Amino acid sequence: MTTNRESAATRETYGRTLLTMAEEHPDIVVLGGDLNVSTFVHLWRDQHPDRFFDFGPAEQNIVGVAAGLAAAGKIPFVSTFSVFGTGRPYDQLRVLVSQPSLNVKLICTHAGILTGEDGMSAHSIEDLSLMCSLPSFSVVTPADAPETEQVIRSAAATHGPLYVRLSRAATPVVHTDGYRFQMGKAETMREGADVSIIACGSLVAPALDAAETLTGQGVQARVINMHTLAPADEAAIISAARETGAIVTAEEHYVHGGLGSVVAGAVARNHPVPIEMVALHGYTSSGPANELMAKNGLTADGVANAALRVIKRK
Amino acid sequence: MAVVTQPMLSVEEMRATALESRREILKMIFDAGSGHTGGSLSEIDILISLYFGVMRYDPADPKWSGRDRFILSKGHASPGFYVTLARAGYFDPVELGSYRKTDGLLQGHAHPMTPGVEMNSGSLGMGLSFALGHALAGKMDGSDYRVFALLGDGECQEGEVWEAAMSAAHHGADNLTAIIDRNRIQNDRFTDEVMTLEPLADRWRDFGWNVISCDGHEHADVLHALSASNTGGPTVIIADTVKGKGVSFMENNPGFHGRAPTAEEYDAALKELA
Repeated sequence: MTTNRESAATRETYGRTLLTMAEEHPDIVVLGGDLNVSTFVHLWRDQHPDRFFDFGPAEQNIVGVAAGLAAAGKIPFVSTFSVFGTGRPYDQLRVLVSQPSLNVKLICTHAGILTGEDGMSAHSIEDLSLMCSLPSFSVVTPADAPETEQVIRSAAATHGPLYVRLSRAATPVVHTDGYRFQMGKAETMREGADVSIIACGSLVAPALDAAETLTGQGVQARVINMHTLAPADEAAIISAARETGAIVTAEEHYVHGGLGSVVAGAVARNHPVPIEMVALHGYTSSGPANELMAKNGLTADGVANAALRVIKRK
Repeated sequence: MAVVTQPMLSVEEMRATALESRREILKMIFDAGSGHTGGSLSEIDILISLYFGVMRYDPADPKWSGRDRFILSKGHASPGFYVTLARAGYFDPVELGSYRKTDGLLQGHAHPMTPGVEMNSGSLGMGLSFALGHALAGKMDGSDYRVFALLGDGECQEGEVWEAAMSAAHHGADNLTAIIDRNRIQNDRFTDEVMTLEPLADRWRDFGWNVISCDGHEHADVLHALSASNTGGPTVIIADTVKGKGVSFMENNPGFHGRAPTAEEYDAALKELA
């Protein structure tokens, strides 16, 4: 079952939200790498040219300059595509940002395989793994546009290194106006006692749809939006393991090093229960985003089937 | 109101300070049993010229917003940096004994946990980008502080250096000065054998920088280069130096890039630096 929902591009929400924060946060500076229309920071560039720097596609330098700006008291927002912003300047993120814990905000768009037709090199399926392995970084994968807006507001108001993972494609809106994002505090979107589906980003909507489908089969699934992977809300994970006895993780990322690994680690350390992971198991080819998601099982049906499998393993 | 500058040393005093600093550098590395000797000895006259002839800072307030910034990009040459910071008053010289020790104040590669250290270091090619960040922040704030970054010559083989060079010129960072410790030796062997750097001055000029050359061991020459006014863009000083300067058997010897002297070598070196 797929619920009809409005869709919105989180990257556009990012650019528009940032623009509204200029007066409240005079120290915000935005750094781009020749992808500023795609990441929507061109809105800021055009309004605040004195607080914007383009460096071309030179990501190592962008992160290095951002670290220097942060050390001088600025709040640098670095934006490019996820593949270019994480892997390319990884050493700079490690040495210049994570180790001294500088206040750099790395907001990347075009994550996961929703970049579809651009193909394998453009599919960012390792970024969560890379960023979760940097000890000082907070890592956030918003589920939709309303959550993105709150994440970005929180980013400017909270000191410390932050990575935010956004998509190119418009994604379903799963939150209403009353929702309040809290960094590091998972959101239980639906209660259930038979199995827990812990999802992030683009898999939150399919997780909710899967829970609806499972109801028809007599299965009550808890759905948790684990928007923050680092620091992870281990209490929510442990409660899910203890109270439902089986867990499905769902993410648009490689199966190693992302949400599945975070959840499995917390479960194994605290309250071992069976886990199924809905994730990518390798690289995938060019193609329309929805076809790639279906081909790789990143759908409501894929999540529901994983839930039925994991319940049998209880 | 912060102290605007340290007492200046005369060139004669700098020469005496450099001799004493060289002894302190060797003691630190000998006591630690490891460390980067050659590059610390090649850079020390540049550091003394900067900290006791040019820069304004307040060691009691290391984060004073109006301070001139010094960024050690070649972070392995931390002993030369540490003896200079101790002499400038950032910490008690007794801390020099904590270099490379567990829970010590002085890390193997310079880290901002040490007062006076701006940047975490140890991976080459990053310091010019970081320095550019400080320089752009200074310009945005209308502050008149200067930013200095010290790079190794072998380090200029890192691509990020040239990304930073290109962008510093593009963004008009006229408050930024890079200094190349041109000692012609890198980790394995002579830089010319590893990767040709010449024509180094032309390469920086082509990237839009003002280029000044100087003798990196003549304090008066270094001071003259550092005081040269920047005209509409960033400046690079290519300081000709000798790796291992001051100890005959360390000079121009690639073997002393990254190792400590033995007891016999240490004694012989101290005799030469008496």
